[in-house]
Amino acid sequence: MSDTTIPAMPTLPAPRRTGHPAFWLASAAVALVSILALRGIGSEYAYFAATFILQYVVLATAWNILGGYAGYVNFGAAAFFAAGAYTTVAIGKALGLSLLPCIGFAALVGGVLGLGTGILTLRLRGAYFAIATLCLSVVLQTIVVNWDYVGGSRGAYVIRPREVPWPFESYSGYLCAVMVVLAAAAVAIARSIEKSRLGLGLAALRDDEAAAEAAGVPTLRLKLIATTISGAMMAVAGAPLPLLGSYVEPNSAFGLSYAVNAIAMPLIGGTGSWAGPLIGAVLLASLQQAATVTISSAANLMIVGVVLVVFVCAAPHGIIGLFRRQK
Amino acid sequence: MDPDLALLLNGIVSGLLLGGLYAAAAAGLSISFGMLDVVNIAHPAFMVLGALLVALLWGATGIDPLILSVLLTPAFWALGAAIYVVYHHFFERRGDEAIQGLAFFFGVMFIIEVGLVLAIGPEQHFADAAYAGITWRLGEIDLPLRMLVPALVAFAAIGGLALFLRRSFTGRAIAAVAQDREALRLLAIDPVRIKRLAFGISIAMAALAGGALVVVQPVDAWSGHVFIGRVFAVVIMGGLSSLGGCVLAALAFGVVENVTASFYGPSWSPAVAFGCLLLVLAIRPQGFFGRVA
Repeated sequence: MSDTTIPAMPTLPAPRRTGHPAFWLASAAVALVSILALRGIGSEYAYFAATFILQYVVLATAWNILGGYAGYVNFGAAAFFAAGAYTTVAIGKALGLSLLPCIGFAALVGGVLGLGTGILTLRLRGAYFAIATLCLSVVLQTIVVNWDYVGGSRGAYVIRPREVPWPFESYSGYLCAVMVVLAAAAVAIARSIEKSRLGLGLAALRDDEAAAEAAGVPTLRLKLIATTISGAMMAVAGAPLPLLGSYVEPNSAFGLSYAVNAIAMPLIGGTGSWAGPLIGAVLLASLQQAATVTISSAANLMIVGVVLVVFVCAAPHGIIGLFRRQK
Repeated sequence: MDPDLALLLNGIVSGLLLGGLYAAAAAGLSISFGMLDVVNIAHPAFMVLGALLVALLWGATGIDPLILSVLLTPAFWALGAAIYVVYHHFFERRGDEAIQGLAFFFGVMFIIEVGLVLAIGPEQHFADAAYAGITWRLGEIDLPLRMLVPALVAFAAIGGLALFLRRSFTGRAIAAVAQDREALRLLAIDPVRIKRLAFGISIAMAALAGGALVVVQPVDAWSGHVFIGRVFAVVIMGGLSSLGGCVLAALAFGVVENVTASFYGPSWSPAVAFGCLLLVLAIRPQGFFGRVA
């Protein structure tokens, strides 16, 4: 199936390896610099655009843990994303909690949902798994549409809190900073997984599940761990969404644009490594923001489609793959 | 008659008619996904493309939409063959079809849909056939021709297709390519040529299904989305490569959706139908009518 990925593996540069703590520190530093830089720009639109792009960084990175490392294509990214968004709505309404605890709850809900998906679809591979996740998305959307407490198909308004946490001057700035931290954490988690035994096991089951099982890789457990982590992170990506637009409704929260972006971004960047989804998400999301502002919002999906098709045809290993081959 | 019973009977009958539409939409996919192993997630988008072309042509000429869709099939066959050439060149030849090929069709789907929005706008289009307003009544049961005629055309097309696959040499070669392409090569048949032909047929079926769709309901560029899950559900429940299983699954799917909609409201019907599919996938992944590989 993916025999072509095996010869590419030995080209990974073995020396000059950054350790896990060093990478986490570096991500924290990058996050801090980005927050300060955005603070420096200080415009509401800059905050919005940055939050928009960063939510895709989290979503694409999360998708890649299952889709890129383990080779299981999840078409239901929108379901997990929306589950996160609606957790914020429901918890915020029921307990009156602020954003940060809601993100925690979203991670919990997404993780449980991911684990459930994993258990239900353990026997499925390839296209069947993809279609099962698509079904999950439809079932979940129907439940939300029929759930009056979170607004049903009318959608729900979420009022931003009036008081803004201390060092920030506006709520968008605070939201953006939260998103920067989430994105940095997501990338760091993805890299830690990639370089750990878990990542090696996932890569083994991606390349040949039967052989991995025979060699003693606990494929079942690894798959469940991957679906859980990936689900939790996708829900976290969606958790701030209601506050970003002050309004969510099922059709947009479950929109196919999240599903297609979650797949397109890692594929364009390169699925084998943590940097792929990051590059893909930043590139594609900025392009979409630019297209929305300058041309029209219909055009931005067109761009995703064209870029995706061109990349999977011309650069099957993504942008990362292009650079690797030149060395 | 007891009103509940009448409602149930009507739900079943109109579910069967709706199933005819689903069967038309799923039959093409049953060829591409079931037989050729090409996961064409853009299939409903091709159907919508066909539907909107039919609507535009109907507006220009006033010819019956179903006849127009039959006239469109050669063009769609050529389109399908061209797309298969690209797909084969970039993915199948390299053995990359799993994730990359899926993503390719996902991208194609978006290009078609957004292209349609940019070209003819996001509003709904419709085509009124001459018989669309007529409803036959058999006692308590309504038979709207708006649903009945497309369903009958769909069944006729699927019947013809099944006959072609069973009787003709090329048809048998298509069935064979699903089972063992190397063996086909040994018989001096080019599997790529056969798959190109078959993929063209599957897209031509999408045009036909589009014609049926636009008679049943108004269509906009995004109408395909609700069909993605449904057609894949039907094909999987039908056991992939079996056209008969596909038709039975489509009918069952239509009835389940429609009866749910009549008794619990239309907003619940997708959950019941897709819940069924999730269960089928979890318990019997080879479908109701499929054989264990």
